Amino acid sequence: MDTGGIYLPIIAALPFVGALIPGVMIHAGRTACATYTFMASALAFVLLMLSAPAVMRGEVLQFQLEWLPMLGLNVNFMLDGLGLLFAGLILGIGMLIILYARFYLSREDPMGQFYTYLLLFQGAMVGIVLSDNILLLLVFWELTSLSSFLLIGYWKHLPEGRQGARMALTVTGLGGLAMIAGMLILGQIVGSFDLSVILQNKELIQASPYYLPALILILIGCFTKSAQFPFHFWLPHAMAAPTPVSAYLHSATMVKAGLFLMARMWPVLSGTPEWFYIVATTGLITMVLGAVIALFKDDLKALLAFSTVSHLGLITMLLGFGTEAAALVAVFHIINHATFKASLFMCAGIVDHEAHTRDIKRLGGLRHLMPVTFVIVTIAALSMAGIPPLNGFLSKEMMLEEASHTAWLNNPWILPALATFGAVFSVAYSLRLIVHVFLGPKRDDYPAKPHDPGFGMWAAPALLVVLVVLIGLMPNLIAGPLVDVTAAAVTGGHPHAHIAHWHGLVPAFWMSVIAVAAGAVLLSQHRRLARGWNAAARPEAKVIFDAITRAATRSSHWLTDTLHNGSITRYGAIFAAAITAAGVFAWVESPIGPTTRDALPINPIMAIGWVLLVISTGCIIAFHRNRILALVLLGVIGLAVSMAFVYFSAPDLALTQISVEIVTIILLLLALNFLPRRTPVESGAPRRVRDAVIAGGTGLAVSVLTYAILMRDFAAESISAYHLANSYKGGGGTNVVNVILVDFRGFDTFGEIIVLGIAALVIYALTMGVLRGPGGRWLVNWGPDEDEAGDRHPLMMVVITRMIMPIAIMVGAYIFLRGHNAPGGGFIAGLIVAIALLMQYMASGFAWAEERQRFHYHAVIAAGVMLAALTGMGSWLAGRQFLSSSYGYIHIPPIEEFEWATAMAFDTGVFLTVVGAVMLALHSLSSMSRRTGEQVNIFPMDVNPGRENPPADGKET
Amino acid sequence: MELLMASAIGVLTAGGMYLVLRLRSFPVILGVSLLSYAVNLFLFSSGRLVVNMPPILTDDATGYTDPLPQALVLTAIVISFGMSAVVVMLALGAYLSSRTDEIDMDDPDPVPEAEPGAIE
Repeated sequence: MDTGGIYLPIIAALPFVGALIPGVMIHAGRTACATYTFMASALAFVLLMLSAPAVMRGEVLQFQLEWLPMLGLNVNFMLDGLGLLFAGLILGIGMLIILYARFYLSREDPMGQFYTYLLLFQGAMVGIVLSDNILLLLVFWELTSLSSFLLIGYWKHLPEGRQGARMALTVTGLGGLAMIAGMLILGQIVGSFDLSVILQNKELIQASPYYLPALILILIGCFTKSAQFPFHFWLPHAMAAPTPVSAYLHSATMVKAGLFLMARMWPVLSGTPEWFYIVATTGLITMVLGAVIALFKDDLKALLAFSTVSHLGLITMLLGFGTEAAALVAVFHIINHATFKASLFMCAGIVDHEAHTRDIKRLGGLRHLMPVTFVIVTIAALSMAGIPPLNGFLSKEMMLEEASHTAWLNNPWILPALATFGAVFSVAYSLRLIVHVFLGPKRDDYPAKPHDPGFGMWAAPALLVVLVVLIGLMPNLIAGPLVDVTAAAVTGGHPHAHIAHWHGLVPAFWMSVIAVAAGAVLLSQHRRLARGWNAAARPEAKVIFDAITRAATRSSHWLTDTLHNGSITRYGAIFAAAITAAGVFAWVESPIGPTTRDALPINPIMAIGWVLLVISTGCIIAFHRNRILALVLLGVIGLAVSMAFVYFSAPDLALTQISVEIVTIILLLLALNFLPRRTPVESGAPRRVRDAVIAGGTGLAVSVLTYAILMRDFAAESISAYHLANSYKGGGGTNVVNVILVDFRGFDTFGEIIVLGIAALVIYALTMGVLRGPGGRWLVNWGPDEDEAGDRHPLMMVVITRMIMPIAIMVGAYIFLRGHNAPGGGFIAGLIVAIALLMQYMASGFAWAEERQRFHYHAVIAAGVMLAALTGMGSWLAGRQFLSSSYGYIHIPPIEEFEWATAMAFDTGVFLTVVGAVMLALHSLSSMSRRTGEQVNIFPMDVNPGRENPPADGKET
Repeated sequence: MELLMASAIGVLTAGGMYLVLRLRSFPVILGVSLLSYAVNLFLFSSGRLVVNMPPILTDDATGYTDPLPQALVLTAIVISFGMSAVVVMLALGAYLSSRTDEIDMDDPDPVPEAEPGAIE
């Protein structure tokens, strides 16, 4: 059945969907949960098998979906022989592990979590092997690191589990980062991130000067994942995971992800001396080292872990040889290793489960007690040792054959010798597994009474062992076609496997004989050798890893504590210096063209304004400790800035600046009422000099930049011409600034009034919070430091402000109404009206003014924002976009014809929001004064000679 | 005039920056105000300096200045008022709650270091 590639995304997605099942099903019981989880994997496996026939015919199935094409990130999947082999291993062994875990996990373990993590991991692995886009592959790659972290640390209560998980995540995560860099370089070289394109460009990649960096970075990713020397140390520590995890991740799947990627990239990366020496050497060292260490491990799982390291090294070495024949052997050994190692891991779990120990020293004689397990382990271990006719023998013999005719640095002896040396140890530790655990006399001091487990638990390893035997007996029938098609996918050629038990008296035969004989001798001397090994000093990887981690943590702490120590002043200094430096760098790097504008002549009045501004700024710095004086000087500067706006054709800005200036100063005065009047001297001379240098440098840089801009025309045409041309035609107003605010950029203004409203509400909330806290209690007992004026509400001021009030409101209305055509508008009118109201507060006192207040300021803000929003939405009714305005002319007989634009309603919203926000801010501040117990006058004036019984102290109560 | 404008912006920036680096909240508020002036003027200047050409459409105008920066700065002025108000309120709230208007956590001797080996 030809299905095309349509199943591929479903296969990749099914485990992820399945990961959700346990969360629902776990309440239905453990068996139901395991069953449904199993179904998800099984369904994916069935779909894979439906796609298999086409792949076995040599087709490559593809599925393409654009995701982020601008980044080159597409959801492209492909299935060729290599993908089929790995996906089959992942899903097939995954199903066995789900079955095994059902019986392995105890009642206390949260099984739902376990299955969720397991399927997440399975989905990520399937994603890796099916990806046809290296960016997509990287996403899945990182997912495997994360999900394996969760799986290794599954027993959260065990410190070893947590540490092992952290170590695995650190090592594989760092490798993943390196690989991202390598993959990006690779993608840049080829110009595409699609694997099928990359795989066509061998010459281009190998000729690129970035070939070596890309190769090394990608290999770091592969080596960390596949536990190659010197990154092998995380794998044994990951054995703190439950055994199903070890069997799945650390024998069949995750550690093979690195091998998969090396095989995937083999057509374009291999064949160079760099590839051979890096990959083959690393693999050789790992193989020998892993085998030697494995022999001396007493923990069953540690022994298996190091043997896995050794076998992964073997496969890496074969891939490193760079020949088609070696790649074929590598593929064959991947299959064989997955079968015997997964079953050995599961058997180790069975022994642990039944005997309650994994310590080989405490085991022995189990063959009488656990005959089934004994048979399974014996077959699998013999296969691992390379004893004929099992499948491990076949691939190991082929490996030795390849090694026997590969020269390393022109030396034909070194590789075969070391490979044989590794094989000797491999035989020794495999035999040890049988001899020291199962043979020997029965003991009576096992921690628990061991016996064979139920069928559910040994079914999975037994099935794998059957495969071991079948492949061993009929390799060409069972594994041959798969090996062929996979090797074809790896190499891009058409290799054909000739798997045979007997090749004649070739070197590989003698190497095998030596390995078995020497291995048996080695095991007989194990006790003596182990004593020597344990006495010898060797570097402990965990200690080194911990030291490096600690050093990295310390230096990060140092960096963070130095830069980010909670001092705003320091942030400010670093920020200003860094920005200035960046600006200077940009300035130096890109020289600018000559000036294109003539300087305006200096106007004498503006020159005076400039002098005032500069002197005031200088004085603020010199006298900033006297806070009232500083405020006065700030006002002077504000006025000088307004002057500049007037002179340089910006009447709206000048009006706004002046009114804001007044409000700001009142606000600061109110605040200063409670703050200390003077700033103490705190920073010493060096610090002040440092700050002066930073500030001076920043100021100078800004000056130069401004001057450079001012003396040059726009580099590109400005969009202002459009606004000038359409202000009247489209917006119905001649004041272009106002039309921009309420029409062209009305949406911006809408946002800004919302921000202003929020700011006012924040101020209100802060005040209420402070008043309820210790600050409020302190205020109750607060008394002014200095004597206060006798009449707090002077008669003259009260009278004048009340007279001014209607006039001020009228001015506000006038400014508002003319805003569309002349300087003015909602912002300015709002500020003017707010000032008029403020004057009442200042002259007549807070309580008096508040008593006459009709509306809450919160409501005014809300009404303003709502009005603006409704105006904007009104244009929907006319079928136009939000905030598009329209205008027309109205003629009411006694009045002149006047213009009316919907923008006016919007501007009213702006007006209301500004009034409400300003008033709410000042209201909040002044409510602090009232908390101090300051007496407020109820009557209009403090002093009223006509009133009877004036209070003795001259104040009202 | 361009030189005056550029130098005024620079002076305001330098003054504002210096005050922002002080250790008490009030000078920082002053500094932020000065920086707001500088930023507003800078934004305004990006429309280039033009005299006697306000962006009010009339029949006898010879030309207009750039209205866009003005519109931006107008809202910026109002927003910077809102920001100043919030900062003032924060400073005031911090002062009232903690009885100090220092802004840094790293002041020279906040809490004496515990003696080595001393038991709390």
